[in-house]
Amino acid sequence: MTMTTTDEKIESHTLTILVDNEPGVLARVIGLFSGRGYNIESLTVSEISESRELSRITIVTPGTPSFIAKISAQVERLIPVHRVYDLSLREDTIFRELALLKVAGKGENRVEALRLAEAFQADVVDASLEHFVFELRGRSKKITQFIELMKPLGLVNIVRTGVIAVSRGSERM
Amino acid sequence: MARTLSGAEIVLRTLGDQGVEHIFGYPGGAVLPIYDALFQQNKINHILVRHEQGATHAAEGYARSTGKVGVVLVTSGPGATNAVTGIADALLDSIPLVVITGQVGTALIGSDAFQEADVVGITRPCSKHNYLVRDVNDLARILHEAFYIARSGRPGPVVVDIPKDVQFNLGKYANFSNTGHRTYRPKMQGDKDKIKQAIALMVAAKKPVFYTGGGVINSGQKASNLLRQLVEATGFPITSTLMGLGAFPASDKRWLGMLGMHGTYEANMAMHDCDVMINIGARFDDRITGRLDAFSPDSKKIHIDIDPSSINKTIQVDLPIVGDVAHVLEEMLEQWKTAKLKQEKEALAGWWTEIEGWRKRKSLAYTNASDKIMPQYAIERLFALTRERDTYITTEVGQHQMWAAQYFHFDRPNRWMTSGGLGTMGYGLPAALGVQVAHPKALVIDIAGDASVQMTMQEMSSAVQHNLPIKIFILNNEYMGMVRQWQELLHEERYSHSYTAALPDFVKLAEAYGGHGIRCSDPAELDNKIMEMIESPLPVIFDCRVEKLANCFPMIPSGNAHNEMLFADASKDDIGSAIGEAGKTGV
Repeated sequence: MTMTTTDEKIESHTLTILVDNEPGVLARVIGLFSGRGYNIESLTVSEISESRELSRITIVTPGTPSFIAKISAQVERLIPVHRVYDLSLREDTIFRELALLKVAGKGENRVEALRLAEAFQADVVDASLEHFVFELRGRSKKITQFIELMKPLGLVNIVRTGVIAVSRGSERM
Repeated sequence: MARTLSGAEIVLRTLGDQGVEHIFGYPGGAVLPIYDALFQQNKINHILVRHEQGATHAAEGYARSTGKVGVVLVTSGPGATNAVTGIADALLDSIPLVVITGQVGTALIGSDAFQEADVVGITRPCSKHNYLVRDVNDLARILHEAFYIARSGRPGPVVVDIPKDVQFNLGKYANFSNTGHRTYRPKMQGDKDKIKQAIALMVAAKKPVFYTGGGVINSGQKASNLLRQLVEATGFPITSTLMGLGAFPASDKRWLGMLGMHGTYEANMAMHDCDVMINIGARFDDRITGRLDAFSPDSKKIHIDIDPSSINKTIQVDLPIVGDVAHVLEEMLEQWKTAKLKQEKEALAGWWTEIEGWRKRKSLAYTNASDKIMPQYAIERLFALTRERDTYITTEVGQHQMWAAQYFHFDRPNRWMTSGGLGTMGYGLPAALGVQVAHPKALVIDIAGDASVQMTMQEMSSAVQHNLPIKIFILNNEYMGMVRQWQELLHEERYSHSYTAALPDFVKLAEAYGGHGIRCSDPAELDNKIMEMIESPLPVIFDCRVEKLANCFPMIPSGNAHNEMLFADASKDDIGSAIGEAGKTGV
């Protein structure tokens, strides 16, 4: 009852944070993680309402459930922060990420890369006789899998947006 | 109606509209326009300090003894970085400050200009909130917002960094003092259902204890009054953290004394053995809990706090109530009175018998001496000779601070100013300045140690300049006493660098500053010399030569539980082995 349990499992949590869009707000939020020596696996931030000057920050971070609850409360304490939701606590959250991959090569490798891209429903957004740039959307796992497949086929660059997430249903978050 | 003023004039107008009477500061290149505006008015009184850290602690002392926001004005670069310790101190102790820092001109920011520092970057993790003002037309709104944020919810320091050109630029002023903040609105009222559950737990309690903290004091005089009524109505025992001393009268029979690392045996045993703990405005700090997995193992815990992030931070509680202490206590009292209550009278009487047994252990007893002054005795005499007066106490950090907390007793809130969370040596002297500014006729005493007091000793010069007759009562043992005590406990008496080999002559030092110096090493002369200090119209440095190797007891050694205390009569062997391997990494 009293004890803080230390044998909890560490797992990734996706926090979505609604903030006032003002200078320094991102530094305030991520400073709470860096100041405690905790890692951020992925981070996205963008304005979502110009008229109300609101932004949304999405952070994927590993931690025990009690650490995540603690850091969420401390993020929520920051003056420009409105709400923090831990979307990993919901079973039906929609997670998405977008990646751009540059793959260079000729001959059979090039044909194989394009074939796999079609199977993954990646778009070709740039191409020459010696390269493709693929655009791929989906859950992080799918993107990571695609990257692994492209590695032996001439993968040159990987750019990932980091995860964004939203809950299902009509409820506002 | 909005009027056009310079940025510097807007700063002064805002302070005026916020009801500020005194500010603490130090001029420099990047705040010259504000100092010029200050020169041309006479509503706001400026106290010139000797180091910016002193300005922040003085503002803290002012804030804590009045309940108002303390205001600091310093320049860019080193002015601001010197203020950082005080800002961090105010954050950890939840003290409302507005710290105005000058900044290099907006065009120069980021160019490594002279006396440039990234002040919003440096103070971000150690302030409640901070701002860089880039447009003079935002200045009035931001400053008023800074005051609102500093004093609302859980109070704290807010830094407003103002570039020099913004201070010169002309802009519109409007009074935003009633505007607040567009989104930051702390929850004041506690949840009525949860309070109902709390009352049910309290009614059924057989071994209850109130554990109160600085949140009661921050909530205002009304909260202290309500706390007294609630203790009276319930008949429960009450203890408090270092920060909460004075919220409940130490002269009351329900008072168990302070709890925690240097708390009384009865307070810590009651915390350990209780079945219902009612935490009011405290945060389960590590000085209080001792070993976490052995902290009050059999109790249901109620936690009242205005800061939701304090709930379940270190200790899992059974019933959290988020809200302002005064609001919640008012509702609790109301429900307590209207509910048809059947308390466990017999069990409660048994609980008090148990507590009386622990009291008999007399954990604060010490062996006095006739040939030397024991530090505990010095504090006892200081208390006895000042208790009928209008007295305020500040402290530095270390053994003297704990002795002051143990042997000086407070019956009223806002009378005790000490650096609890950050543990800042050098806090007490400048804090006393701020208290004296707020209460010019009161007796303001900094209970100090010989090491701490030298960290901000230069503020003695400010005291003389501004006719602030503070009394600096130094328990001089020539050691950093608490460091030495820990070296005795942990490092087999290897006193590495905890002895000050070249102390100044404090009497001559007082005289050099233009104050009055007193020295005493004979217990028979102590009372007379304390009276001489009290009656002096000047700032006084009192060099009280005390027993050099006295230790601060009782003590919960680091890594131990509440029921594993060490007492003054412990044998040398017990002291040497009091801290186990696990406790050695604790502080």
